[in-house]
Amino acid sequence: MTAPPADHAADRGPSAAGDAVLFAVDDVSVRFGGLVALDRVSLAVPPRGVHGVIGPNGAGKTTLFNVCCGFVRPDSGALRWHGAPVRRLRPHQLAGMGIARTLQGVGLFRGLTVAENVMVGADRHRRAGFLSGLLALRRSDRDERALRERALAALDELGAAHHADQLPGSLPYPVQKRVALARALVAEPELLLLDEPASGLGGDEMDELGALLRELAGRMAVVLVEHHMDLVMSVCDRITVLDFGKVVAEGPPDAVRDDPAVVAAYLGEEAHR
Amino acid sequence: MLQFVNTLLTGLGQGAVYAAFALALVLIWRSTRVVNFAQGAMAAFTTYLALLVVESTGSWWVGLLVALASGLVLGAGVERVVVRRVGPHNELGAVIVTLGLFVALQALASILFGAQFRSFPAPAGLEGFSRGGVTIALTPSMLITVGAVAVVLLGLVALFRFTDVGLRMRASAFDGEVARLLGVPVGRMLTLGWALAALVGSLAGVLIAGGSLVWPAYMDTVIVNGFVAAVLGGLDSPGGAVVGGLAMGVILALVTGYVGSDLVPLAALAVLVAVLLVRPQGLFARTAARRV
Repeated sequence: MTAPPADHAADRGPSAAGDAVLFAVDDVSVRFGGLVALDRVSLAVPPRGVHGVIGPNGAGKTTLFNVCCGFVRPDSGALRWHGAPVRRLRPHQLAGMGIARTLQGVGLFRGLTVAENVMVGADRHRRAGFLSGLLALRRSDRDERALRERALAALDELGAAHHADQLPGSLPYPVQKRVALARALVAEPELLLLDEPASGLGGDEMDELGALLRELAGRMAVVLVEHHMDLVMSVCDRITVLDFGKVVAEGPPDAVRDDPAVVAAYLGEEAHR
Repeated sequence: MLQFVNTLLTGLGQGAVYAAFALALVLIWRSTRVVNFAQGAMAAFTTYLALLVVESTGSWWVGLLVALASGLVLGAGVERVVVRRVGPHNELGAVIVTLGLFVALQALASILFGAQFRSFPAPAGLEGFSRGGVTIALTPSMLITVGAVAVVLLGLVALFRFTDVGLRMRASAFDGEVARLLGVPVGRMLTLGWALAALVGSLAGVLIAGGSLVWPAYMDTVIVNGFVAAVLGGLDSPGGAVVGGLAMGVILALVTGYVGSDLVPLAALAVLVAVLLVRPQGLFARTAARRV
């Protein structure tokens, strides 16, 4: 553990270290035709910790992620990264800034080996540019070897290094999910967006995931969309609850759990205001 | 026996060109799911540029370099300016656009370079090697043709297998959305893919023209044979394109040598129909890789 003490403090209490906001979603609205998918949603993510986003199906969680990673442009509102506004950025540029995202399911490249899959994720740290990769093959070759080493290290961290040269389709689902996570982590992102990382996992694997998320929270910001409430309540520092595209509650797990608006959202009663 | 050997050699020499052309189609199909019907017209265009250079410099090799370089530029330009506007998941639109490009480029070639037949010099001698009074159908030009195709193929394999640009291109071809999330500039990778494919197509254009005649539509038969070769190998498989190209060369040479050259176009279509009936996924395609 090389984390300085300040990081440790931030680990459990982001509000205590609340002077810094790594990533902020300010008043973002997204409409698809007549449907309001997000209605003035705000979110402030500190540099360390796990921030949960929960809500019933169709509440706008995935749309929120799509805004965060650049797939969907908000109709109004803004994103801020290290305090500076983020404008009109393409997904690959956001990834280059240090935002990584996993997809629902696994989203691995079927025709690439496990190691190659992770090497694509390590892209952010490549030195050789577009043309030098093409023309100066030697320098690119050195990068390629460095990429592979970094990919293997990331796989090793998630206990999947021995599958490096297999195709993902031949592996059990939980292993594929770990490979997808390694691919997101190999770029050493500052912000990790996890879309239902626990889906399809058994109880033991879920516990391992929870421990891993707490460990990651000590060195990066994690935003977690997840349906498994036990996991969410046990690993999150703060939780934002969405319902019909609006934030209906925000706070630490214990406060959110007992919030009448949250109970109403999940039980389908008329929301309190 | 000698006739059979000569027929085989001729077929393999011709097949190397079909292989290159089929490979150009496969490269584009893999990355953008577009069958580039304009590939032949693009290659004819760059071959005309090469011809101008060969006629003014007298060097076949400088002409080849010009064809390859202009192929790179033309391929990148076509992707960036035309194909990208069609958008993804619009197969019919892409077919119509590439057919339109085919017609437009062919017409433009007629306007710029004239519609008459012009002879294109061969890279080297067209006399077969002979020993003890027996001449085989292996010529220095054919060796250069096969060698050039082999060098380009190995270069592409090295690019895709051993460089990070190649890895990113493969990732973009498999799943553009995911590649974007991982920081890959997918648009640039697609442009590069089209540029490389057009380079390979231009190579085929110059090689087929060498020692023969060019006119604006001279690539039309190569398009048909190269397309059949690509389907034969499985549209997804670069290795299959090469094997399919060589096979088409040999099959058509056998038809020419033993049946009659009139039947060559019919034979090419017969192979296409047979492949589609018996093994529609091609000889080498991994069926799983075709499900998107």
